[in-house]
Amino acid sequence: MAPLFYIFAVLAILAALSVVLQRTPVYSALSLIVVLCSLAVVYLLLGAEFLAVIQVIIYAGAIMVLFVLVIMLLNARQETPSDRSRLAGWLGAPLLLVFLGELLFAVWERFPTATTRAAPLPDAGPRAVGALLFRSYVLPFEVTSILILVAVLGAVVLAKKRL
Amino acid sequence: MATGSDMPLLLLAMLAKVGVVLLVLLTTIAYAVWLERKVVARIQSRWGPYLVGPHGLLQPVADALKIFFKEDIVPTEVDRVVYCLAPFLAFSLALLSISVIPFGESVTIGGATIHFQITDLNVGLLFVFAVTSLGVYGVALAGWSSNSKYSLLGGLRSSAQMISYELSLGLGVVGVVMLAGSLSLREIVERQSGLWNVFVQPVGFLIYFTAAVAETNRIPFDLPEGESELVGGFHTEYSSFKFAMFFMAEYANIVTVSCLATLLFFGGWLGPVFGPSLLRALLPVFWFSLKVFCFLFLYIWIRGTLPRFRYDQLMACGWKFLLPLGLLNVLVTSLVLAWRST
Repeated sequence: MAPLFYIFAVLAILAALSVVLQRTPVYSALSLIVVLCSLAVVYLLLGAEFLAVIQVIIYAGAIMVLFVLVIMLLNARQETPSDRSRLAGWLGAPLLLVFLGELLFAVWERFPTATTRAAPLPDAGPRAVGALLFRSYVLPFEVTSILILVAVLGAVVLAKKRL
Repeated sequence: MATGSDMPLLLLAMLAKVGVVLLVLLTTIAYAVWLERKVVARIQSRWGPYLVGPHGLLQPVADALKIFFKEDIVPTEVDRVVYCLAPFLAFSLALLSISVIPFGESVTIGGATIHFQITDLNVGLLFVFAVTSLGVYGVALAGWSSNSKYSLLGGLRSSAQMISYELSLGLGVVGVVMLAGSLSLREIVERQSGLWNVFVQPVGFLIYFTAAVAETNRIPFDLPEGESELVGGFHTEYSSFKFAMFFMAEYANIVTVSCLATLLFFGGWLGPVFGPSLLRALLPVFWFSLKVFCFLFLYIWIRGTLPRFRYDQLMACGWKFLLPLGLLNVLVTSLVLAWRST
């Protein structure tokens, strides 16, 4: 399973870079879909089939379709680079380096040594996830759904005004 | 998990299985097209193809050869990368979902168990839905990248349609999942040994089938390619093999939803099994194929019978009728299940 993990991990990282570096918005969106699907494969390798499939359905399927549709409707072709602000140039690179260093350090700290043993895989099937959502986390779950409902209503009201 | 020594053998067996399933699927697609032309011709009092081979049986071969030798035109103003990617995406995704479809009961021959299924995922049903939800991209990207008004409008229409009907498609089968208590297609079929789900979940089946027809962009819901208004819809600019890939993807999707309808509502491979052991092993596969064939025929029959909907009717039907009905079905099913378990 290890070679598969490395293939899809590298793919995810390359695609993530491509999300940021592409000039054409549709290419960025497509790269993001590749990232999400590679992550789904990593979940699959970890034995979390339900989570992997849900990842594809919700993120790669539902959310990214909306992104792509919006980009298509706006017919955004190529982005013209803005006048880059001097400040962002000066601050950006060092900040990025600091962040990357921090990340590397955090990973290094937790890197498995010879004595590390893999934790037993938790049950991530639909039954277990459902029980968690509707027993332990029922309040946050419901609050989130109300939040989404409010957002949907807001979007409808805003869009209706322009019709 | 397999040990190191028999890993290559397992891999070989897997590859052989994938090869056989793909071969059968592609042949089914080719002859589904032939069947459609024949049946629709019969409905319209015509002959349909009959020149190539007896009853036009070799027509698919002729069609395939012809399509290979056609010039592949790529218009100058298209977005080349996405334009070439879209048909491959549509076709490969359409073929992918067949990998979790079980065709029959497992049989044991000489100590080796053969599963009539490429892989038994414990969330097989959701896997099919995940692949279907990605299928929208093929159509949407084809429409966008062609850089043509008809294609873009067709692509937008079909994306909107597929997204809308995906919800009803999912809601229609929730009742079945609740009854079976599992998302594995094999277990769902095994749970129906007493009574087929279509008798327990008739509303669910109606919702599923209607949404499936819309999801595969077929008449009476084939607005994305309504030729009187949109020329050819999202594949207006495609020619030769790229067009053939969209065409085959459409039929592969029809086969997949027919398989799924058979598995979820009509007991899959269940049916009378008798006779010697070889017959015993093959009869389930026969019953499964027969049921899938009936669905394919139903699809064609609907195409030959019903006129096309108007686009706003289509969207209203999806959101204001099928979706609430699906929710109601889920509610009633769960109430009955809860009442029974107390």
